[in-house]
Amino acid sequence: MNQYQESVYLQGHIIDSLVLAKVLDLILMMGGTFDLEDVHIGKTREEPSRARIRIQTGSRPLLDDILKAIQPHGASIEREANCRIDQAPADGVLPDGFYATTHLPTQIRLNGRWLDVDRIEMDLAIVVSETGSSAHAMPMGEVRRGDQIVIGREGVRVIPLQRPQERDVFGFMESQVSAERPHSHIIADIATRMRQLRERHRHGQTDSKVLLAGGPAIIHAGGREPLTWLIEQRFIHIVFCGNALAAHDMEADLFGTSLGYGLSAGRAVPHGHELHLRTINRIRSIGSIEAAVTSGMIKQGIMAACVKKGVPVVMSGTIRDDGPLPGVITDSVRAQSTMRALIPGVGLALLVASTLHSVATGNLLPATIPTVCVDVNPSVPTKLADRGSFQAVGLVMDAASFLSELARLLGRST
Amino acid sequence: MSRLLVCPPDYFGIEYEINPWMRLTNRVDHGRAVRQWHELVHVLEKNLGAVLERMTPIPELPDLVFTANAGVVVGRTAVVSRFRYPERQREEAHLENWFRGHGYEVMTVEADLYFEGAGDLLGFPEYWFGGYRQRSDIRVFPVLSEHFHREIIPLELVDSRFYHLDTCFCPLSGGDLLYFPAAFDTYGQAAIAERVPDKQRLTVPEDEALKFACNAVCVGKHVVLPVGCPSTQAWLRRRGYETHPVQLDEFMRSGGSAKCLTLALD
Repeated sequence: MNQYQESVYLQGHIIDSLVLAKVLDLILMMGGTFDLEDVHIGKTREEPSRARIRIQTGSRPLLDDILKAIQPHGASIEREANCRIDQAPADGVLPDGFYATTHLPTQIRLNGRWLDVDRIEMDLAIVVSETGSSAHAMPMGEVRRGDQIVIGREGVRVIPLQRPQERDVFGFMESQVSAERPHSHIIADIATRMRQLRERHRHGQTDSKVLLAGGPAIIHAGGREPLTWLIEQRFIHIVFCGNALAAHDMEADLFGTSLGYGLSAGRAVPHGHELHLRTINRIRSIGSIEAAVTSGMIKQGIMAACVKKGVPVVMSGTIRDDGPLPGVITDSVRAQSTMRALIPGVGLALLVASTLHSVATGNLLPATIPTVCVDVNPSVPTKLADRGSFQAVGLVMDAASFLSELARLLGRST
Repeated sequence: MSRLLVCPPDYFGIEYEINPWMRLTNRVDHGRAVRQWHELVHVLEKNLGAVLERMTPIPELPDLVFTANAGVVVGRTAVVSRFRYPERQREEAHLENWFRGHGYEVMTVEADLYFEGAGDLLGFPEYWFGGYRQRSDIRVFPVLSEHFHREIIPLELVDSRFYHLDTCFCPLSGGDLLYFPAAFDTYGQAAIAERVPDKQRLTVPEDEALKFACNAVCVGKHVVLPVGCPSTQAWLRRRGYETHPVQLDEFMRSGGSAKCLTLALD
């Protein structure tokens, strides 16, 4: 976490003496920022005033310097309580009063020190390591009897997101989603980020992976080729999807159709509705998508690109799935935890043309990860943008147009 | 009738250096110091009609003579000082005994809150000012404010030569004020200007501030101040005060003058 903060109290006749103004000026002049909380101004001249000031800095030494500088003016560090902990009573069961997380950066106070909660995600519990030296968010189902779980709100603080330093679309979005908004500059900013992330990923830097979660409409709409190109060019490093996207992608490779429609001519082919089933059946017969690609049965497309470039694909199953394809995880809890395991290291998430996978992935993402949600249905980007993140951008547009424009901006010739 | 606490300078001298005025090499002419002190006492008693309580001096406590730093007296309550420097902390027990012995209810502040008495707490009847940063801790003022139901406006002292508020700031009986603005930062200067109107405020010139013109004792319309401060005297006279300059340069070697040598007892 790149943010350090401490709350201090100031009390006395701090208004007329300008001591409060002086302390706030000092914080700003030294390079910190502050939030004024709980300001109480005395109602009479005799009655003292008090203020609680939360100071934020970009580094621990700066925070220490500021605290040292304002302490002679009466600012005393808030005496904060440690968080309370209780043991999980049984496997998969949290103690009563467990703290439920948000997707915002969170810290807990343990033994008088603030500790970052790792792998933050909304609607989880916080488990503290046995030694008390680390803490991370954990889903209810993974809790084991005796785990140390944070309970109550005392000693837990959530750090509001700062607007990102980059002055691009992620820094200025106001969580409004509209079909009427011009898309081109937004896609250009996303392309710029992806170019930077690919460079960082090549150098093995942290938080440089691009995750794409997508639905089969990508194939139907004609987004298969640009997406394949993006994977081949190593702009995308992780793919989350379902049975359908993979099936139609390989159907297109084997039969030139997507759900029975000829992708080039755009007409239904005879008995076309069977073709995705035949595709699934062939993959099942060879054993895996990877085997289908390495044997040459599947030559091109999204799945082929992922296999060739070593891009991990998590396919989560649903009740209406045909087949499913080998590799589709039909246990939804296992699918969720497989997806979760791939989140660390992600620096940008593209959620394209899928309500199910977009919402599922969105819920796994901490608010700090810039997220783009693209869908022709405004309710999906709206739902994602409503998560209260400065860094969620919603685009109401067709998946193929989005992917084609993105690939074009990143150098794909059309 | 004003009652003031004083302490004869029997053991006064410079035995350590805890402010920029003190130099161990700058020896006090003890006989001269005693004569100056008696002259001050004479003016206070005869010219101002003040009643003086004399504290018994103690060997090896050379600064006990500066009774302004003994504490603050409000009604029958005495808040005994907690000195910042160990050299003067040795005075605390003696001061506490004196107040108790004279029927005061003694109030002490937390051990880690430095507070140097009327040296750093001065004011008008309705509200007070508290000097901090050099000697007293700002955190003591909310405690005293709550106890005495008085507004206390903290003022940061930014010049080590003016290490106590009473060296650069002197509220007078008619609501007037002598002060040396450069001893405060801009916030403090603005806070003072907000409270005391221009015409009631004298900006003491630097040469007179360095002679401790602000370290004056005001009783009614009489002001006792160090000699050599003609501008301050002229302004005071224009404001209707009678001035009584006293030579106290032997005490200036220790960084104190008329006000430092007295403590108002209610």
